[in-house]
Amino acid sequence: MAEDNRFTIKIITPDRVFYEGLATMVEFNTTEGEVGIYKNHIPMTMIIKPGILYITDGDEQKVAALHAGFVEILKEQITILAEIVEWPNEIDLHRAEAAKERAEKRLSEKDPKTDVARAETALLRALARISTIR
Amino acid sequence: MASMRDIKRRKGSIQSTQQITKAMKLVSTVKLQRSKAHAEQTKSYFSCMYDTVKSMIVKAGALDHPYLKTGTSDKKAVIVITSNRGLAGGYNSNVVKLITRGELAEKKDDLIIHAIGKKGRDLLARAGYRIADKDYSEVIEEPTYVEAMQLAKELLKNYMDGEIGEIYLAYTYFKNTVVHEPKLLKLLPVSLEDEQEMNGEAADTTDDKAMMNFEPEADEALSLIIPKYVASLIYGALIEAVASENGARMQAMDSATSNAEEMIGKLSLQYNRARQGSITQELTEIIAGAEAIS
Repeated sequence: MAEDNRFTIKIITPDRVFYEGLATMVEFNTTEGEVGIYKNHIPMTMIIKPGILYITDGDEQKVAALHAGFVEILKEQITILAEIVEWPNEIDLHRAEAAKERAEKRLSEKDPKTDVARAETALLRALARISTIR
Repeated sequence: MASMRDIKRRKGSIQSTQQITKAMKLVSTVKLQRSKAHAEQTKSYFSCMYDTVKSMIVKAGALDHPYLKTGTSDKKAVIVITSNRGLAGGYNSNVVKLITRGELAEKKDDLIIHAIGKKGRDLLARAGYRIADKDYSEVIEEPTYVEAMQLAKELLKNYMDGEIGEIYLAYTYFKNTVVHEPKLLKLLPVSLEDEQEMNGEAADTTDDKAMMNFEPEADEALSLIIPKYVASLIYGALIEAVASENGARMQAMDSATSNAEEMIGKLSLQYNRARQGSITQELTEIIAGAEAIS
């Protein structure tokens, strides 16, 4: 593993430093679609959408569910300011499945009173949690 | 001179007060350690958030975004973070003074107070300020990010609806265990001058970040990031305020305990003097009596 294609990744939540370490690639979901970032990316700020976060370091890969926040990409460092992020062992599968059903039901009913954007985010979040575990 | 019994009673009462202040000091020391650790953990998030938003604004400076200019309304929302309990020295009144004096003092009628913490709420209500209906006092006991987000959401909604033109935040900045500064911060509109003033040393990092690209476009990203920025500032202020409250209480209780110590010392001296006086007097009386008989 050549040292020069690794960069630092820092994931910070309001309550703790979630992860700090080296990686060769990071993948996550943004408002513009899913992206994978390598070293020497142009400086960029992106907004996160609920999805799965993959941190790849050589052959090792870490997975987490990343729900909200934004990312600041610099050449040699990526900082994820996450509002909500969870390791697979922190996720309650039953709760996520219940939330998924709830959100699906709300979306399918097409009640004009439902906050569609909110239900969609909830659905995305639940799906991200479930697929992170699997 | 007060009688021996009076002095003894007084000493007893001070001693029991001292026991209370001593216990409170110990409790707040433990709480301070916990909240201090918490405050340190959260700090990295806020400094990062702060720098990012700052660099965004440097780049988006010319943008005509609603979050960047004062709203049409004269009304100003002020979030006041104080404690629910007293016995913390000047902690609560120092925060309240930020509002009753200083730059906001003349605009009393335009202010809408969103109080977090009963003490500040009561003090400002008594001074005749307009208090928002919703009560957030419970939040200060154990602040969570979700609660900060809710408050931010509500205020931003009012801001976008044009009900309020500016949002301020009054809290106590936790510099270290002994120094806590009451601070008044302007949350919205985000203004560049304030940013540079408050964070002068970080100005040189702006250059490399000015090249930052945004996806989606800067103004859209701004609409998404500013609410997070406001929520995180509120949350950060809550965490710092909790640490400051415990620090202030610890100091107040520490000086109360040592004052009690001092008073007990003085009273012991007085008591012993009174006791010696009464013995001397008794002796004189006995001798005088014996002489009279002989």
